[in-house]
Amino acid sequence: MVEGTLIMIAKSIVIFAVFLQLVPIILLGDRKLMGRMQSRIGPNRVGPRGAFQPIADVLKLLSKEQFTPATAVPWMMAIAPVISVTTAVATMAIIPFGPYDVWGGGFGLYGIDVSIGLLYFFAFGSLAFYGTMLGGWSSGSKYSFLGAMRAAAQLISYEVAMGLSLLGVAMTAGSLSLVEIVDHQDTIWFVVPQFVGFCIFLVAGFAETARAPFDLPEGDAEIVGGYNTEYGGMRFGSFFMAEYMEVLVISGIAATCFFGGWHGPGPEALAPLWMLLKILVGAVLFIWVRATLPRLRYDQLMSFGWKILLPLATLNVLVTAIVLVAT
Amino acid sequence: MTTDWQDAAAPINRGPEPGGIGAVYRVFGETLRGLKTTLGRVAEGHHVIQYPEEKTPVYPRFRGRHKLHRFEDTGLEKCVGCSLCAAACPAKCIRVVAAENTPDKQVSAGERYAAVYEINMSRCIFCGYCEVACPFDAITMGNDYELSDYHRSDLIFTKEMLLADPPEHTPLRREGE
Repeated sequence: MVEGTLIMIAKSIVIFAVFLQLVPIILLGDRKLMGRMQSRIGPNRVGPRGAFQPIADVLKLLSKEQFTPATAVPWMMAIAPVISVTTAVATMAIIPFGPYDVWGGGFGLYGIDVSIGLLYFFAFGSLAFYGTMLGGWSSGSKYSFLGAMRAAAQLISYEVAMGLSLLGVAMTAGSLSLVEIVDHQDTIWFVVPQFVGFCIFLVAGFAETARAPFDLPEGDAEIVGGYNTEYGGMRFGSFFMAEYMEVLVISGIAATCFFGGWHGPGPEALAPLWMLLKILVGAVLFIWVRATLPRLRYDQLMSFGWKILLPLATLNVLVTAIVLVAT
Repeated sequence: MTTDWQDAAAPINRGPEPGGIGAVYRVFGETLRGLKTTLGRVAEGHHVIQYPEEKTPVYPRFRGRHKLHRFEDTGLEKCVGCSLCAAACPAKCIRVVAAENTPDKQVSAGERYAAVYEINMSRCIFCGYCEVACPFDAITMGNDYELSDYHRSDLIFTKEMLLADPPEHTPLRREGE
């Protein structure tokens, strides 16, 4: 399945195009749906039913000043949002939207089929936290610093549980490649045999994206804006965008590893549509949970991660291993 | 022996003690219940009044922007410039300067009329005492509440402004609404 350079370049462009178009849709969906869940309407002034609200937001952010505090490290502050966005987009490259050659032409509907797919996902997931940490630390403000420390602690606590939760999937499929994991789910989705793993992945995924109820790195009520307190303009916009991209990435990984990826009824050429639908359902779940659950207290976050999720994930891996060896 | 007030008191609902296997189940259940609640709001629809386009209807006795009245048949002003409203006003926001009616310039039905009648809307507390004090029902409280302006001087309403119909009408609540 070797693909030419031209195809790779075309794919990168398509991934960027699709991915960057999805972000405003999720952004608007987030605000509208959350409004409805709070008995409000949500934005409805820009365009028909507020459809152009994301454009208005971005234009506003672009026209604003890129403020740098006197105590900040300017180049680090500039590079932090770049890291966040880049890692999020890079992770999207491995999410498969369809099998190899489904539309003909000798290419697969994924950026790249790496044989260590899940490791790649974790590697970039960890790198993404460098964005928030660097941004928070280099801002030279105590609230940003607190946010960055919280982000670091949260990453360490939940990355392990997340890794273990996906280990069950990797063991069942016998591969780390996301394409092969999806191939293994043509009869039964992994959410059935790996339900515990899915629950752990979901909770850890919420923590990884730093969204409610695990949005302690931002924690508006306690530490102003957390790591992005000192950011303004499109730098803040990039952080914001990266956050929504990570939501899409986590939904994508969840759809790939637990919900059969591109598998669905209808002809196989519809594969990317099914995948897209599953990702959007995942994103709606993120919004739904955000509108429902209050933020955890810090010690609750820690004790939940280490005392409940980690043992549970370990147990899940052990049970999976025993079942796999026994059968 | 229990007394009436003990029976009437609402029972105290304490949350379950934390910890244990039951706690995991409860957390799961309560989370699902919360999710159900928020989704229920979506099905229920919103409760928003789109203010500048839609306005909340007011009750008929709502005390808003004042109105000065004329007699409908003769077109003469009802106000005779007695200054009772100004005396009754707790906020001291009404200023009345009276003048004599002359045969060739008959403004009101009485002997005198209000040459100057000003209400400072930035001071007015909309208590309605002026309306109660007026012996001729010349001043009443209307239903309009959109009185903001850009300058304080614009908020001093003159007699002409109070006599004229207010530019915008606030919807009135119908019977039983």
